[in-house]
Amino acid sequence: MGRYILGRLVSAVPVLFGITVIVFLIMALIPGDPATAILGAYATPENVAKINRDLGLDAPLVLRYFNWLGNMLTGDFGTSFSLNRPVLDEVLERFGATLILAGSAFVLCAVFGIAAGVVSAANQYGAADKAITFAVLLGISIPSFFLGMMMILGFAVTLRWFPVSGMWPIYGDRDLWALLDHLAMPAVALAVVATGVVARLSRSAMLEVLRQDFIRTARAKGVHERGVIWRHALRAAMVSIIPVLGIQAGFVLSGAVYIEIVFQWPGIGRMLVNAILTRDILLVQGGVVFVAACYVLFNIAVDVAQSLLDPRIRT
Amino acid sequence: MTFLRLLARNRLALAGLVVMAAVVALALVTPLLPLAPPNVTDTGNRFLPPFSEGAPLGTDHLGRDLLSRLLWGTRLSLAVGFAAALIAAVLGAAIGIVAGYYRGRIDNVVMRGVDMLMAFPYILLALAIVAALGPGLMNALIAVAAVNVPFFARNIRGITVGIANKEFVDAARLSGLSDARIILTEVLPNVVPVIVIAMSTTVGWMILETAGLSFLGLGSQPPVADLGSMLGEARSALITNPHTSVVPGLMILVIVMAINLLGDGVRDALDPRLRSGALSRPMAATRVDRGDRVPPPADPEAVLALEGLETQFHVGKRVFRAVGGVDLSVKPGECLGIIGESGSGKSVTALSVMGLVPSPPGVITAGAARFRGEDLVGMPYGRLREKRGRSVAYIFQDPLATLHPLYRVGDQLVEAIRAHRPIGRAEGRARAVELLRAVRIPNPEDRVSNYPHEMSGGMRQRVGIAMALANDPDVIIADEPTTALDVTVQAQILSLLDDLRRSRGLAIVFITHDFGVVGQLCDRVAVMYAGRIVEEGPTRAILETPRHPYTARLIDCVPELGQGRRRLEAIPGLPPAVDRLPEGCAFAERCRNARPDCRAGDIPLEREGTRAVRCLHPETHPEREAAE
Repeated sequence: MGRYILGRLVSAVPVLFGITVIVFLIMALIPGDPATAILGAYATPENVAKINRDLGLDAPLVLRYFNWLGNMLTGDFGTSFSLNRPVLDEVLERFGATLILAGSAFVLCAVFGIAAGVVSAANQYGAADKAITFAVLLGISIPSFFLGMMMILGFAVTLRWFPVSGMWPIYGDRDLWALLDHLAMPAVALAVVATGVVARLSRSAMLEVLRQDFIRTARAKGVHERGVIWRHALRAAMVSIIPVLGIQAGFVLSGAVYIEIVFQWPGIGRMLVNAILTRDILLVQGGVVFVAACYVLFNIAVDVAQSLLDPRIRT
Repeated sequence: MTFLRLLARNRLALAGLVVMAAVVALALVTPLLPLAPPNVTDTGNRFLPPFSEGAPLGTDHLGRDLLSRLLWGTRLSLAVGFAAALIAAVLGAAIGIVAGYYRGRIDNVVMRGVDMLMAFPYILLALAIVAALGPGLMNALIAVAAVNVPFFARNIRGITVGIANKEFVDAARLSGLSDARIILTEVLPNVVPVIVIAMSTTVGWMILETAGLSFLGLGSQPPVADLGSMLGEARSALITNPHTSVVPGLMILVIVMAINLLGDGVRDALDPRLRSGALSRPMAATRVDRGDRVPPPADPEAVLALEGLETQFHVGKRVFRAVGGVDLSVKPGECLGIIGESGSGKSVTALSVMGLVPSPPGVITAGAARFRGEDLVGMPYGRLREKRGRSVAYIFQDPLATLHPLYRVGDQLVEAIRAHRPIGRAEGRARAVELLRAVRIPNPEDRVSNYPHEMSGGMRQRVGIAMALANDPDVIIADEPTTALDVTVQAQILSLLDDLRRSRGLAIVFITHDFGVVGQLCDRVAVMYAGRIVEEGPTRAILETPRHPYTARLIDCVPELGQGRRRLEAIPGLPPAVDRLPEGCAFAERCRNARPDCRAGDIPLEREGTRAVRCLHPETHPEREAAE
């Protein structure tokens, strides 16, 4: 097991390396001049040249890349010019908020998606199946930002069940209860699409598994139908559900950007959009690389979970 | 054409198609409609509510007509979404075809790059691209197309690799066509359908993604608006004037939903498994629909008795009569063989006993299966479950498929026990080891924590037998338990079953297509053909003097060692399809004794002493019968 994890970690190194190359190339090769953006109206040729020199932008491309990479490896992601603070500090702080949001959405989509898929498959063509199938269709078709806005309108403005936006109350304690109160709507809004995708896949995976011979064996030995569905069938179906959970993790992590905007959640997605609009290149680069790296590591965790679940992979 | 018909039969997909066609038509004619100009502000008329005069959907924060903006925005969103899908498909397909056709280093480099791109959460990648290019609808389009290229490239490459190895491509190469020519004339036409499917399932996403980027202010720039940026602009007035948000939001929802419905329909129509309804899940117990046709109990000695059992498969309008009225019984300690070709209904008969015939499509339409006088057919599920494994246990054919692949065999054994009585961990393990020892598995203490894939076929089948023994059942139904095994292993398993029967007084129903196996193990044998029993009696008597021509032909099929160069005779023809059974004897078509009266009407199973045969012109064995 240890060797397997180690192997997966080693194989992630080139992927992480590739991610930095892609991000760097996207930012470097395509026209768009950070110096002009920083200087705005003060963009005289001399000033631009000075800024480029200060930021190291006048060096050859390869050198610039390795400078950037080397600095990142030592924890120096550069300084955001629009915020005037180290990129890493900002990224870490914002990423924490995103992690809370995306993490809760991920848990929601995994739990409810799988449960809905299982119930749907177990009652194929029944009323529950039809209701879930319709809800899933609606869920995967609705833009999360529109859903979030409608939730604000319904549950925050009209019903006053939840606060309209933000992560913490403006006045009052910053305790867990306050956080959950603020988290509920954005987490649900973010989870809906992913839940639909997971439910859909879980349903078809379950249907596939329920036709297998070992299900008949379980029934033949007298296992209760509940056990057949939730223990035998779901366990086998998880083998194809888990990779989709990995993909959905990436989806909630990056899809959080819309929800963060709608609910004014101080996460990394909102930071990135602002950084893009202000053309704060270092902040964009740092944020994207950081999130992508986290996603790669998360996918390794998914593979490990998969191998724990399926003894056939390990050998 | 079948594709279009299937698509049309799927009402939801059809609804999606109609809605989508309407939206596209509306978007196409928008410039011709007498609409207010979409981008002219009129600050005097800000936030008019819907159904206002001159503004059916109201106006936005700058007093612009929402209906006009909605239609123009829809036009823009659709155009961008489709364009992005088209670009992604063309680029992705080109990359995929080149990588898949040439393979080698090109393939390696390209696919590594694709993997790399797919390691990104893709909205993030789109953001990075827009960050570099700067906000703007064209840039958003490029970003969305770019992040979807890897998806297409990977899919198309897979298909191309398959095609590039086909004979017709080799033939084209040998005839001296250039690679470019082959790709265009041989590979591309085969790839296009796949591209279309991939597009139909992703275009909805692309519309959502571009709308998303516009919503963030990174897509279309004012005053021009697509649906996403309309929503983005309306957000600040969400609470005071929700209609400005609801209008574009609902439009996106409708479009994406219609596309998703249509895409699902396309996929389902192209997925052959869904056509026959094969993907339906079997219920916990077979459906029973026999009205009040419950036969009276017979044969009080029998531990298990089938009486007039009929099991059918209802697929669409067709009815397959898999089991057409079977009477059988087995006494304690007795071994009854059921023999027949595949499709004769022997397995369905066996599975019907405990309601294990997959349903849908299976239905038990008549008869009874009595265990010690109690009818198992139509028994409430809870009670039937208690009987499964405890009164009647099964051993199935392929032990790799019939054991759960992800649980240790010991746990599966313990579960069989636990289904019927509570048992502690230590006791369960001890009992599992004991069971494995009883089926002569060496080192049962180690084997108990093996997974099925870590065992050989013979060992797995022993586990299957151990599982059947777990609750000391009275009857074991073995459904071709040795078919998947080597001959030597087969002999071991048979002698194991025989020993268990003698030592535990088990009744065994042994289903097989092999008379050799029947001869070794069974006291009595029933021969099935097209869902009915055609002959039944003591094994030895039937082997020596088969009465039914079918039985005789089946016995002729068995090769015997040391019998010299006896001709093995295959039976000409095939068994009849059980949804179109002929009148009279089902075997008449293939029978050398057949006469016109064979096809005249139903032929009863005539009983004579210990034997029974369903034939008007049975085989005669003058020399052997004289000797008796």
